[in-house]
Amino acid sequence: MRIYLFCFALLLGGAAQAEVFERTLPNGLKVVVKEDHRAPVIVQQIWYKAGSMDERTGVTGIAHVLEHLMFKGTATVPAGEFSRRIAAAGGRENAFTSYDYTAYFQQLHKSKLALAMQLESDRMRNLSLAPAEFAKEVKVVMEERRWRTDDEAHALLQEKMMAAIYQQHPYQHPVIGWMDDLQALTVGDAKAWYDRWYAPNNATLVIAGDVKAAEVFALAQKYYGAIPKRVMPPRRNFDEPKQLGIKRLVVKAPAELPHLVMSFRAPVLRDPAQDWQPYAIEVLAGVLDGNESARLNKHLVREQQVASGVGVGYDSFSRGPGLFVLEATPSEGKTVIDVEIALRKEIEQLVKEGVSEEELRRVKAQVMAGEVYKRDSLFYQAMQIGQLESLGLGHRAVPLMLEKLQAVTAEQVRQVAEAFLQDDSLTVAVLDPQPLSGKPKRPSQGASHAR
Amino acid sequence: MRVKSLFVAALCCVASAALATPAIQQWQSTSGAKVLFVENHDIPMLDVAVSVPAGSSFDTAEKSGVAGLTHHLLDLGADGLSEDDVARGMADIGAQFGGSFDQDRAGVSLRTLSSAAERDKALDIMSRVLQRPLFPEEILVREKARVIAALKEAETKPESIADKAFQQAVFGDHPYALQVSGEIASVEKVAVADLRAFYEMHYQAGGAVVAIMGDVSREQAEAIAEQLTVGLPSGAAPAALPAVATKIPASEQRIVHPASQSHILLGAPGMARSDPDYFPLYVGNYILGGGGFVSRLMNEVREKRGMAYSVYSYFMPLKQPGAFQIGLQTKKEQADVALELVRTTLAEFIAKGPTEKELIAAKQNIVGGFPLRIDSNRKILDYLSVIGFYDLPLTYLDDFPGKIEQVSVVQIREAFARHLNPQAMATVIVGAPEGESK
Repeated sequence: MRIYLFCFALLLGGAAQAEVFERTLPNGLKVVVKEDHRAPVIVQQIWYKAGSMDERTGVTGIAHVLEHLMFKGTATVPAGEFSRRIAAAGGRENAFTSYDYTAYFQQLHKSKLALAMQLESDRMRNLSLAPAEFAKEVKVVMEERRWRTDDEAHALLQEKMMAAIYQQHPYQHPVIGWMDDLQALTVGDAKAWYDRWYAPNNATLVIAGDVKAAEVFALAQKYYGAIPKRVMPPRRNFDEPKQLGIKRLVVKAPAELPHLVMSFRAPVLRDPAQDWQPYAIEVLAGVLDGNESARLNKHLVREQQVASGVGVGYDSFSRGPGLFVLEATPSEGKTVIDVEIALRKEIEQLVKEGVSEEELRRVKAQVMAGEVYKRDSLFYQAMQIGQLESLGLGHRAVPLMLEKLQAVTAEQVRQVAEAFLQDDSLTVAVLDPQPLSGKPKRPSQGASHAR
Repeated sequence: MRVKSLFVAALCCVASAALATPAIQQWQSTSGAKVLFVENHDIPMLDVAVSVPAGSSFDTAEKSGVAGLTHHLLDLGADGLSEDDVARGMADIGAQFGGSFDQDRAGVSLRTLSSAAERDKALDIMSRVLQRPLFPEEILVREKARVIAALKEAETKPESIADKAFQQAVFGDHPYALQVSGEIASVEKVAVADLRAFYEMHYQAGGAVVAIMGDVSREQAEAIAEQLTVGLPSGAAPAALPAVATKIPASEQRIVHPASQSHILLGAPGMARSDPDYFPLYVGNYILGGGGFVSRLMNEVREKRGMAYSVYSYFMPLKQPGAFQIGLQTKKEQADVALELVRTTLAEFIAKGPTEKELIAAKQNIVGGFPLRIDSNRKILDYLSVIGFYDLPLTYLDDFPGKIEQVSVVQIREAFARHLNPQAMATVIVGAPEGESK
């Protein structure tokens, strides 16, 4: 019954590294192969190191619009035909765009790998970008935005919170783009984006499944090898200015229940060997919210009954700056002020008294079991490789990351809580629910005067 | 040329897929539960799921929500274990404890490492949760408040408002119309005695299906099935569900909502899991609106006109005929145009059926993609539960590609005509265009 739970992204790392092979083609395309012979299937994923954080003001959403346009035809494969051919081969396919990267994938019987590579390599180079297809597809994206964000109170809260947290960093813009920008985008913007980022030396190809690495490398050379390397534009690394004090915002949207989100600026993993704080923050998230009887649910939902739902979010994998997020929905009769006070008490107590060895062991046990469970999902294993490569951390760092995570001490968890759960780097966002009729049905629930 | 060679390759898949179908063992536990087991030692882990016929369709309108709360409270206190003991006990060994709940089924599932210490502890907790739940009074009070909060929130969401109105229009007085979590007013009335009575009646060993997948031997699997079901209630089987009235009058509800998009649902009672037309309807629906980016609805609404991000259709196969449903969201100003387009597309499909070309493409995808349906322990576990719960043949997976291949254009057209009348469907539009709301 978690009402709105952020992804709890523990480091579910790679087990048998011996089964992973990699090679970089002469044109700079890195190919990583994960052999897994449990079932006669494969997944192909191609990850481009270009996400919405590489956009500029005024053209937000172009990374995601281009992702949609990648299905709209090349010189030799007409619009819609990519999907038809993958479907006819028994495949499933889709794509996703994030702040940090854009990825495309197909899942198929192992005999279809060459087909998938042929189609995927074709659209790395030869996309048509016809104006008529652009005009239709950008409308689809606007509908997607209305559906995901404009009519979803919690998504609106999230979007406006990110815009409030970041003054300079492009994470201030939503991945799907501002509606006004979507309306202004042109096919020329899409072309410029494609030409800038879609090159073999800006991508990682991940193949997982019932394959032999040597055969995959040969196929990859055949289909992707002829695509020329391109000079990549310099990447701007934005150093978000230091936050100098708490920020608060209120979002009014149609809903029944108020909601509170507390986002603290937090470090992310940059050097898997030298860093220790991100690992300790991962464990902190687990101590607070790793199971139904972890601190927040046990104290706020079950015992005090001040909240009807709680959640913790932290992702140590990120190209840009990181956040440690606490959120809660007040119970009937309680307010966002009540849940904020309750969350603050949890932080204070943890900083003062630390965490127990038992809590620490429990989080680590879940991580290690997750290592075994992840072998049941070929797709997830490929995802992890692609993500780590795209962020520049490298998939080979996984065993080290697990080791570092296991080495986290109770004192380190206390230290990161003390260091980073500070008001000066905090943004508090509150959803002030509005009646559907547009007329207030009762006094505001304290949302607008939370302090 | 390309299509032809792909088709040949797709047929080759059938042969290799058939070889890879998991060997399902089935038996009955001494308690009377049906057990389905696939032994697989590739990964040192074990998945177990227990399903009982205790879904929301066993609720009454007055006590709607009892079934859901019974399921929800199972792991919140059992046989000397507090809710914290259960959650921490599982977390301590890295086990994942989950549940599923729909109109027909209530399910409890476990994923654990298969090494003896972890496995035994996890199964011990699971067996106590399943067979000796406590339903503590104070926890019921707390959880009712949370369910009611969620129901109130749902009443503001266009997709939830649409779904509720749609289920009522399609199922009328039948319990499939009841919301799976109940109503605010009925949940308020639920007492511990209701949960106990519901549990005794609907969590019987004789109706239970135990699915076991993974790293244990047959002997161990037999012991696990005993351990998980020997203490389940026994007694007279509950009365069967009333029949769903499969013909409904045409209806259209327009519900005001401030959202920028209209949420549109249309449909009617569809098919039961046991329907002899299952495969023609399944393949036909793939062509109409089930097949991702290549369906007719997707092509007409999204690919050609850019009018929606998501548009789909599906049959929900249940014990009784579940809903056939088409859904989409589109900006208010064009909702009526989009609805008309969907209705025309559906009516034409029902009248004429698919083309031969569409049928070939559908078979290529479904048959060629068969290996993807059984490529993980999780997916196989889900098939075991479905096969057991809906009394499908143990050869269901082996037969699947062949059954798909046998479907013809005529069968699809006739099956759709038998089950769906485009003139007699329920339509719900939440966030209807301005000035036309009723």
